[in-house]
Amino acid sequence: MEKFEKLSGIAAPMPLVNIDTDMIIPKAFLKTIKRSGLGVNLFDEMRYERDGSEKPDFVLNQPQYRQASILVAGDNFGCGSSREHAPWALKDFGIQAIISTSFADIFFNNCFKNGILPIVLPQDQVDVLMKDAEKGANARIEIDLENQTITASDGESFSFEVDEFKKHCLLNGLDDIGLTMEKAASIDLFEAKSGAERPWV
Amino acid sequence: MSPKTLYDKIWDAHVAHESDDGTCLLYIDRHLVHEVTSPQAFEGLRMAGRKVRAPEKTIAVPDHNVPTTLERLDGIIENEEGRIQVEALDKNAREFGLHYYPMNDVRQGIVHIVGPEQGWTLPGMTVVCGDSHTATHGAFGALAHGIGTSEVEHVLATQTLIQKKSKNMKVEITGKLRPGVTAKDITLAVIGETGTAGGTGYVIEYCGEAIRDLSMEGRMTVCNMAIEGGARAGLIAPDQKTFDYVQGRPHAPKGGQWETALEWWKTLYSDDDAHWDKIVTLKGEEIEPVVTWGTSPEDVLPISAKVPAPSDFEGGKIDAAARSLDYMGLEPGTPLSEIKIDAVFVGSCTNGRIEDFREVAKILKGRKVADGVRMMIVPGSGLVRAQAEEEGLAEIFEEAGAEWRLPGCSMCLAMNPDQLAEHERCASTSNRNFEGRQGYKGRTHLVSPGMAAAAAVTGKLTDVRELV
Repeated sequence: MEKFEKLSGIAAPMPLVNIDTDMIIPKAFLKTIKRSGLGVNLFDEMRYERDGSEKPDFVLNQPQYRQASILVAGDNFGCGSSREHAPWALKDFGIQAIISTSFADIFFNNCFKNGILPIVLPQDQVDVLMKDAEKGANARIEIDLENQTITASDGESFSFEVDEFKKHCLLNGLDDIGLTMEKAASIDLFEAKSGAERPWV
Repeated sequence: MSPKTLYDKIWDAHVAHESDDGTCLLYIDRHLVHEVTSPQAFEGLRMAGRKVRAPEKTIAVPDHNVPTTLERLDGIIENEEGRIQVEALDKNAREFGLHYYPMNDVRQGIVHIVGPEQGWTLPGMTVVCGDSHTATHGAFGALAHGIGTSEVEHVLATQTLIQKKSKNMKVEITGKLRPGVTAKDITLAVIGETGTAGGTGYVIEYCGEAIRDLSMEGRMTVCNMAIEGGARAGLIAPDQKTFDYVQGRPHAPKGGQWETALEWWKTLYSDDDAHWDKIVTLKGEEIEPVVTWGTSPEDVLPISAKVPAPSDFEGGKIDAAARSLDYMGLEPGTPLSEIKIDAVFVGSCTNGRIEDFREVAKILKGRKVADGVRMMIVPGSGLVRAQAEEEGLAEIFEEAGAEWRLPGCSMCLAMNPDQLAEHERCASTSNRNFEGRQGYKGRTHLVSPGMAAAAAVTGKLTDVRELV
């Protein structure tokens, strides 16, 4: 996995609440057996007409946001289906960080597995960053994972919380499975003990 | 020993390793796998030269994009991409030595219906699947939740998940339900109360007299939609009903092991003075048959209510409600019971079990599906289908003019050809009313099976109590 240390990028505003993973990547694109190439279908039904032409009003179709690498989103972003195709599509489009007041649990975890940083901030701070994002391409937001800070284009800075282990994995681009396999002895031990206690499992 | 919740007890029994910062490796007892969220995980294993650590605890079944029409019995999947996914699962299950129920096995069905039916899901277990509705299995007092594909690969390789513990939330439904009110109404009413993010960061335990009174089927319906309330998982403490349901199933423990298991299962309840981080209480007798009017499962109202206006809401929900009403083609102030429908879908992991079809048959018996309405009834598994046929339910459905289909996820997420056309309006027993969920620009109203049948008969959203 790619390392995530610092990010300076254009943020796109998506104030709608409850943006679900069906919106992020509709089911028609779940039939792939690959992880790549989903960016073109990110937010497909919001982004394109049925004939494939772009809906000019949609935020990521506007010239100033085509290069966005950050989303500032409404509450409960990523709710619904567990499909990891959602972060795959976001990542493939170029989104590396998402800021909201809350995220759905499974989506939140899926982001970290794909080098995307989801950041939870209080409503008033999200409001400031939403306004900043609405300024368009001139307003670059900076994210520093090591120091856990976000800086808006006018210099206003907020700190954010992130799980220590998840931060460590993102900063170093670590693969979870490799890390867990280093603890194989603990798993063996647990299996032996629980197998004796609960042989029916 | 300090008092514990049911969640605390199951969690503690499955921690294989704990780091200083509280990050745990949670051991997984059952891993359920389907064709849509697993191909990339198996590919990852192959590329890294890894094996499935516990194939005997891994159960695979295709469900999301299998066709539900009869030509499937000839092994035909018309959609090429769907066929490739099902074939990939066939191959992966065979090569990695998993328990497997192929498309035309009578035991095939929706993964969350097959697990309990075959006795794979047992009290006190940890159960995961690359599907958010894994919460269903919580009805057995199992800690069950959905995971992403990277986590599917992690569980395949290590039989563990990297987890931090969630908080404890109690949802109590006191008293008795009134006639015509079902488990689906309970679970929707709870989401209406808490919102779709109300459970975020929590594991919910449902309790109270109205929950205890539910059958196992009803309890699965309640837990199934815990994820719609944002919770990681929903749980119901096992009791005699649970044990009776489990006993004798193909993969349930037998003989001496049954007795040992039972002894442990009987300790799986929340202690009286356990700590809860959040408590929600609803009175069972105040719950009415409900429907959703918008495009989020939290958009719930009793059938006796009217379509709300955006101005009835606050904050970000004002714009969301306006968008929902526009998408749904609804005018504020319209009585919900006057909304005409074009289609009815009965099925899904929420309401695809035998009890659900019995409810539908009660309403459809001696009646006809209204002119201009198409009704699709899709059993949750081949065994449910067989039982419904044996009980004469299928005959009632067909006489009423409904389509009786083969098992699968079908129009719950419309990955196969079972889809709504643009602007078609559907009364559906499934779990999500998101934009486009049942077909591009399709409009979904979530309801109980009885309410779905009532809508089919009258051609509009209807209070089921008028027809019983």
